[in-house]
Amino acid sequence: MARLEVLKTYKIFIGGQFPRTESGRYYPLKNKKGEVIANICLSSRKDFRNAVVAARGVFGGWAGRAAFNRSQILYRIAEIMEGRKEQFIAELILQGAASKSATDEVITAIDRMVYYAGWCDKYQALFSSVNPVASSHFNFSVAEPTGVVAVIASEENSLLGLVTAIAPIIAGGNTCVVLASESKPLCSVTFSEVLNTSDLPGGVVNIMTGSSAELHTHFSSHMDVNAMVYYRTNKAEVKLIKENASLNVKRVFIYDSQNMATNKAQSPYFINDLQETKTTWHPIENVGSAKGGY
Amino acid sequence: MTKKTKEPTLDFTTNWAYEPAPEDTKHITLKKQYDLFINGEFVKPNSKKYFATYNPATEEKIAEIAEADEKDVDKAVKAARKAFEKWSKISAQERGKYIYRIARLMQERAREFAVIETMDGGKPIRESRDIDVPLAANHFFYYAGWADKLEYAFPGRTPKPLGVAGQIIPWNFPLLMAAWKIAPALATGNTVVLKPAETTSLTALKLAELIRDSGLPEGVVNIVTGAGKTGAAIVNHPDINKIAFTGSTDVGKIIQKAIAGTDKKLTLELGGKAANIIFEDAPIDQAVEGIVNGIFFNQGHVCCAGSRLFVQESVADIVIRKLKDRMETLIVGNPLDKNTDIGAINSKEQLSKINKYIKIGIAEGAEIYQSSCAIPGKGNFCKPTLFLNASQSHRVVQEEIFGPVLTIQTFRTIEEVIEKANNIPYGLSAGVWTDKGSKIFNLTSKLRAGVVWANTYNKFDPTSPFGGYKESGFGREGGLHGLMPYLKF
Repeated sequence: MARLEVLKTYKIFIGGQFPRTESGRYYPLKNKKGEVIANICLSSRKDFRNAVVAARGVFGGWAGRAAFNRSQILYRIAEIMEGRKEQFIAELILQGAASKSATDEVITAIDRMVYYAGWCDKYQALFSSVNPVASSHFNFSVAEPTGVVAVIASEENSLLGLVTAIAPIIAGGNTCVVLASESKPLCSVTFSEVLNTSDLPGGVVNIMTGSSAELHTHFSSHMDVNAMVYYRTNKAEVKLIKENASLNVKRVFIYDSQNMATNKAQSPYFINDLQETKTTWHPIENVGSAKGGY
Repeated sequence: MTKKTKEPTLDFTTNWAYEPAPEDTKHITLKKQYDLFINGEFVKPNSKKYFATYNPATEEKIAEIAEADEKDVDKAVKAARKAFEKWSKISAQERGKYIYRIARLMQERAREFAVIETMDGGKPIRESRDIDVPLAANHFFYYAGWADKLEYAFPGRTPKPLGVAGQIIPWNFPLLMAAWKIAPALATGNTVVLKPAETTSLTALKLAELIRDSGLPEGVVNIVTGAGKTGAAIVNHPDINKIAFTGSTDVGKIIQKAIAGTDKKLTLELGGKAANIIFEDAPIDQAVEGIVNGIFFNQGHVCCAGSRLFVQESVADIVIRKLKDRMETLIVGNPLDKNTDIGAINSKEQLSKINKYIKIGIAEGAEIYQSSCAIPGKGNFCKPTLFLNASQSHRVVQEEIFGPVLTIQTFRTIEEVIEKANNIPYGLSAGVWTDKGSKIFNLTSKLRAGVVWANTYNKFDPTSPFGGYKESGFGREGGLHGLMPYLKF
């Protein structure tokens, strides 16, 4: 008798745990033949709000981690992804990708994570400055994370879309709540499992599955979200997101997901977009003399 | 109203009075009526309407200012668009040299600008003379030098100008805000349509004269005057690539919403409600000076004003006593007098807003204290005001008053004061006073604010990026960071 396969239940990832959506809703994911592969959580506004609470709760701790430590954790994520490579490829193929493109996407995603792991303790030197003010003060500006970021990730890229969005956000010390691709959600759950075993504190990244049409208004209007990143092309959604963002002066970034496989989709400027610049002043005492010999 | 503090205190009763030391106003030139500055010349407004600008200290009318309507704004945008084609293509070094010229001309005419700024806006001549005008000139000087060095500012990128920038500025630092907006926009190769605030248009219009005299190509800078409707016409104009706004958070949100369906880039420099935190190990006398400078500078019409004072409980009595004593020495009155510390409130509307908040503070149960100084019978003036025993939920603690009104709360632990300081929608600035270096760095890294002054307050410099976190806006003005909002890559 053939062995009965154990099917996976696909859940969402909030605060380092894997709950089902509180709403109890689901949508069926089908393969090319129209067969149901899995029942995917159709996440709700309440799930999102819970995720924001989780993301806010760990923001201070994550932002306060040593940059070197964040770098090691991102590299650890890449390591665990490498170990799950075959699973990611299989999922991409299950969602309709050709074998070659599935492999390319996974490799690019892993390498992109390594790329951003390296930036964790370097972008500061690029985007900070010591400012030569005319008065007797020491003055410097540093980059600090914006806070909690809500992300609607690329629809076309299942795994690469998540990594491209999430890596620069967390490399910069932010925390985030991410809506994964609706039509290609399988990798998001596996990627969450990777995150959960990579020493990344629970809540730094929260990943939900569901519908942008339903959730974009809640993502953009939440008063405890500091920034919003959108990787899709729906103009009506963009407009509404930007309008809602004005409720609490959210920073909004609309990114292109067309060239995601190329190096155009990765740069320290993506980290910098979700950084605030803080300038600190302190007086310099002018006592004693420094003459020619100094 | 005099409330003599107990304990050893300073006695200010004296027969000695300051002799009046008014700044001479005869050397300035002002026209009776100002038109719109479009395409390098002053032109009559399509609306045919003019509004009066008043001296808030005397309530006398100074001049009439043209009111730009949608057609006028459109004309200005067309001029800016046409000018952009050439301006963005001339050699970067030449572009810089034009800006250097503006800086130099402003230095040469500095005193005239300072006097007009004080007459039109009400700020003490000492401030307009020593801070506003020199900083404005320095801002042009600083950004002039960036024009031909942009490729060094952004590694790995090739920056390009955006196009036409629509810029809307507030009434608290009229000339300085114009400089903050125009200088980086020009250095990066953009052209400008700028609207000053309706109560303080004069120095922007004098700047227009100066720009005309500088030989800057026509249309590169256009200055249109008017109130909110004129501003809305700029925000909604379809051929503007970038909006830069400094003003209230309420209006900032309206602008952010209004341009949601467009590709316009945006920077917002909005309101604030800064915590100024005094620890028990602070140099107390310096801290008291910092408190005074933090809240009474420019009558408190400062978005980054240190309007929420937090004093560690163990030193609260002495800090408050010294603060009250220091307040007694502040001179409120004629802004043109060089002895004046606190000038006139910018407008009747603002004065009534401040007075409304003072009533609210009293009704909420905070304990009011005002210095016993005399204030002039005429003009818009407000006594320096404290609210003692304020609590976090009071509206006078949560909302931006934009006047010489300081709330005082005490705290015991660092955790408590960080929590209270950050527990507000704003995040523009903060102050920390302590002699302990490690405590300063702890605080500056935990305060969610764009500018943190440690053992100092309200300092500004063209090289120093300025701007907010959270609902205080986004984007930076000043320094290398101030280039980015005017470039695409």
